[in-house]
Parts: sequence; C-alpha cells; structure tokens
Amino acid sequence: MNTEVTIAGVTFKNPVMTASGTFGSGMEYSDFVDLNRLGAVVTKGVANVPWPGNPTPRVAEVYGGMLNAIGLQNPGIDVFVERDIPFLRQYDTKIIVNVCGKTVEDYLEVVERLGDEPVDMLEINVSCPNVKEGAIAFGQKADCLYDITSQIKARAKQPVIMKLSPNVTDIAEMARAAEAAGADALSMINTITGMKIDIHRRKFVLANQTGGLSGPAVKPVAVRMVYQASHAVKIPVIGMGGIADGEDAVEFLLAGASAVAVGAMNFVNPYATIEVIEGIEAYMKRYGIENVTELIGAVSA
Amino acid sequence: MENRTIPRKKVTATVVSQQKMAEQIYDLWIETELAQDARAGQFVAVYPHSAATLLPRPISICEADRERCRLRLVYRVAGKGTAEFSAYRANDTVDVLGVLGNGFPVERAAGKKVFLMGGGIGIPPMLQLAKELDAEKQILLGYRNQDLFLQDDLGKYGQVYMATEDGSVGVAGNVMDIIRVKGLSADVIMACGPMPMLRAVKQYAGEQGIEAYLSLEERMACGVGACLGCVCETKDVDSHSHVHNARICTDGPVFEAGEVNI
Repeated sequence: MNTEVTIAGVTFKNPVMTASGTFGSGMEYSDFVDLNRLGAVVTKGVANVPWPGNPTPRVAEVYGGMLNAIGLQNPGIDVFVERDIPFLRQYDTKIIVNVCGKTVEDYLEVVERLGDEPVDMLEINVSCPNVKEGAIAFGQKADCLYDITSQIKARAKQPVIMKLSPNVTDIAEMARAAEAAGADALSMINTITGMKIDIHRRKFVLANQTGGLSGPAVKPVAVRMVYQASHAVKIPVIGMGGIADGEDAVEFLLAGASAVAVGAMNFVNPYATIEVIEGIEAYMKRYGIENVTELIGAVSA
Repeated sequence: MENRTIPRKKVTATVVSQQKMAEQIYDLWIETELAQDARAGQFVAVYPHSAATLLPRPISICEADRERCRLRLVYRVAGKGTAEFSAYRANDTVDVLGVLGNGFPVERAAGKKVFLMGGGIGIPPMLQLAKELDAEKQILLGYRNQDLFLQDDLGKYGQVYMATEDGSVGVAGNVMDIIRVKGLSADVIMACGPMPMLRAVKQYAGEQGIEAYLSLEERMACGVGACLGCVCETKDVDSHSHVHNARICTDGPVFEAGEVNI
C-alpha cells in the first residue's frame, strides 16, 4: 500500500497534514502525536512582527463546531525561525509555514526571511476573517488575489500554497486567479464567518463579535468547494474543513483534494491526525486501493 | 510558568459516584490514572458524549485520591455540556483530557500564614490545595446564599470563614469583607473565583505588599496551548507568545497576581 502524495514536487509520506492555527508548531501536540507519522505540519500563521491578537473571549462552541476570533496572535518571524523551525526539523515530516500579513510588504518580508530556511512549502493566509486589515481582503477579490500571489511567487524560494476563503461568491474564480498568478497549490477552506449571541446577557459571545466557523458543521461546504476548485484548476488542492476521521478525509480526496488537513478536530481529539491516517489506510485496504492517489477526484456522478 | 513533567493524555474514565451538592452544583468522582499526576490548582477537560457539543469542558480538580486513582470534580451546570455531565451515574464512562495547567505553587506558602480564598465555583480547587499545603491555613469562602457546599470538607484542613452575598450565613458580602470584618491577615494568598473577586484580591495584595496567586478562567478550545483561545494579558512580554499574552490553559491557570493585567 502506498500513501505517498506529491504536491508541487514535494513528496509527503501520507496525505494528512495539520490545519494552520490548530496545532501550534507541533510542540503542543507532541505529547499526543508522533510528529514523524504526519505528512506535514502546517504551522500557525506567522507575520513579520509579533501580533497580540484579539481580546477574549476568542472562542465559542456552536452546534457541531466552534467559532474562533484569535486574530492571528503570533510571536513574529524572528522567534519562529529560531525556535519553531529547529523544533520541527527534529522530525521526519514536511514543514509548511503559514504566512500572514496586513500589507503585501508584510507577506513579502516573511516569505523572503523563509527563503533560506529549511521549510518545504509556504502557505499564504489571505483568508483569515478575524483580522481587520489585510488578510482576508486579499482573498475575497480575484484581482487582489492575483496581485499578491504573483508578487509572492516572484520572491518565494519554496513552492507556494494559497489558502482560500470560503467567504466568496465563486470559489472557482478565486482558484483560477491564484493559478493564473503562478500559485503552486491551493488549500481550502479557511473558516466561514459566523456569529453567536448570548441570549441571556444579550451580548455577542466573542469580543470580536464575529468569528470563523470550523469543525464538522462546515464539512459539506468544504467538500463542495474543494470539488468546485479542483475541477476549475490543474494545480493540486489541499482540502480541509471538519475532518474528524479517515472517512471524512477520503471524502475530500474523492472530491478532488490531493491531500487533507485536520483542523478544529485536533482540539476535540488530540489523536485525530493519527486516526485519520489509519482510517485512510483502512479504507484503502477494504477497497483494495494500492495507491492513495487513485482516490484523488475519483467521485463520479 | 508551565512546569509539567508528565505527558498529558486523553483517557476514558469511569464514574464512581455523583451527587448534587447545592443548586446547580454537582459532586462527581471519577476513576482515572490521571489522578496519580494531579496537583492542586490543575484541571482536566471533560468531553460531553454528544457530538453537538464538541469541545471538552475545563473543570478544576477538587480532590485527587492518588492511591485509588480517583479525581473529584465539583462543577456548576452552566450549559448543555455540564447539564449532560450532571446526569452521569456510577459506572458510566467519560473521556477526560489531563492533567492540564500548572497548579498552585504550594512551596511558596510552606510554613506561612495563608489565605485560601474561593468564590462560588472557585471554591472546589481550594480543597486539594488545603490538603497539600503545609501552612497556617485560613480558608475564606464566598457564596451567594445559604446554599453552601464543601465548607465541611474544607473545615478539616483549616479555619473556615464564610461570607454570603445575601448575608444569610457568615459575613454579609464577599471574601474581601471577611478579611475586613474579622481583621484577618496573611503572608500569602491563593485564590480562585469570579474576575471581580480576583481583581479585588490583586488590589488588596498589592496594597499589603504580599504575594498572591490567582487561578484564572477563560473560554478554552484545545486546553493544551495550541489554539491561543484562552489568553490573559500579562505585565511583561510572555516568553512563549512574545506578546503580552499568556495561555491560561498552559502557562496558568495560576498566575502570580503581579504578572497579569486583570
């Protein structure tokens, strides 16, 4: 049985990654998960300087999922390069660094700093719904997405994954814009903007009022968008949104994803990534699949 | 700061017993290996069975019976998840993540005159703390009304003073009023309770120039320091985050009062 997948020339031992922001830089989950078993660790978003993030409450539970408005708190690229990359390099897994920024220049600064670092790919977060400036604005207009993607591609030494927002009218249009600008791969979905109100206090639950919805509640939306985007472009798509087990992951692969990421479910089950890997293998065994790549886009009408 | 030495894990625990202690307050004993590692001021995250309520609920450790591998969790029913817990009976199973957080620095109070201050659902962690502390213990408890809980358990380990908001038992008011009315003093304070109480404790400790350790609460998702949901503003730049934010789940929940801006 072969679970390897290759995306933009980078080969992963299996198609299971961690979704940015749900796994720190791996350290926080190393009590639970042998990081060597993961296809890749996708880090929490990192900016050119430390970001304090939003006021609390930052998280709220909703039916079958959660809202978050962390606001991309991060220690900045200097600390990240000194502490997080050397930590991850101890493990036999691929490193994908998620990059965030408020201006194009912010993104470019981080991308250039990472150029000589031992990281395998960059994932560009142009889809965080919880930061007031930058971030999502780049990911909601096709021309802005094209512009930032092409500028990043001109500077990046590693292959570039553009992480797309689901908070758009036409995901296929966004996917095509990123591809046309030279993106090596796409990942989706980031969270869906939501809101929760405490009816007893008549107040917003989150200090930020709105937050990003994730967890099993978003999975059907994510599967649909992965299907639409992967059929609109030739570059690979990394699918995520509410994946809890191997069956969920297979669904994304069949929809057209070349790899998958486990996000909010890490919070629910700290062993989720490993269980997803084992679940995919069990599915392959059950149906006599030799190569996991046979599953990619294999859904039929 | 985090001084964890034993790996955290998610385990399936068995309910030993449960009873209602007061209005909305439940007393749950579970059997789990996690009890062997538990210290005062730490917490566990308890998972509802319902897939609709996904996230584990952080609940403080009220008592740890290390020999019999049992944890006592005294919690308030605050929503759907805790309502589900309140229906658990002996031999039911429940998934628990733990043990989490740093715990109270009991060594800072050894041999000294200490206030253990608990307000409302901040009272339960005071019991394990009272058991572990080798000190002169004055235990100050604040309740809403005469619907009391844990006062007898705590009375075994020190002098208990009570306050009620409606004045029905003990001093009328809160734990700070006990200090004033009874003319008490201490060298160290360890406290858990609602934010207004903790702010008052911090202010009092500052004025008196005494050490105080506060156990904070915030909405959490992961419980292990990854999601950055449960942060608290800190006086200095935090060594992990490199901003003025510490993670309550991992760097806390107990902080020296001067470290946090509350």
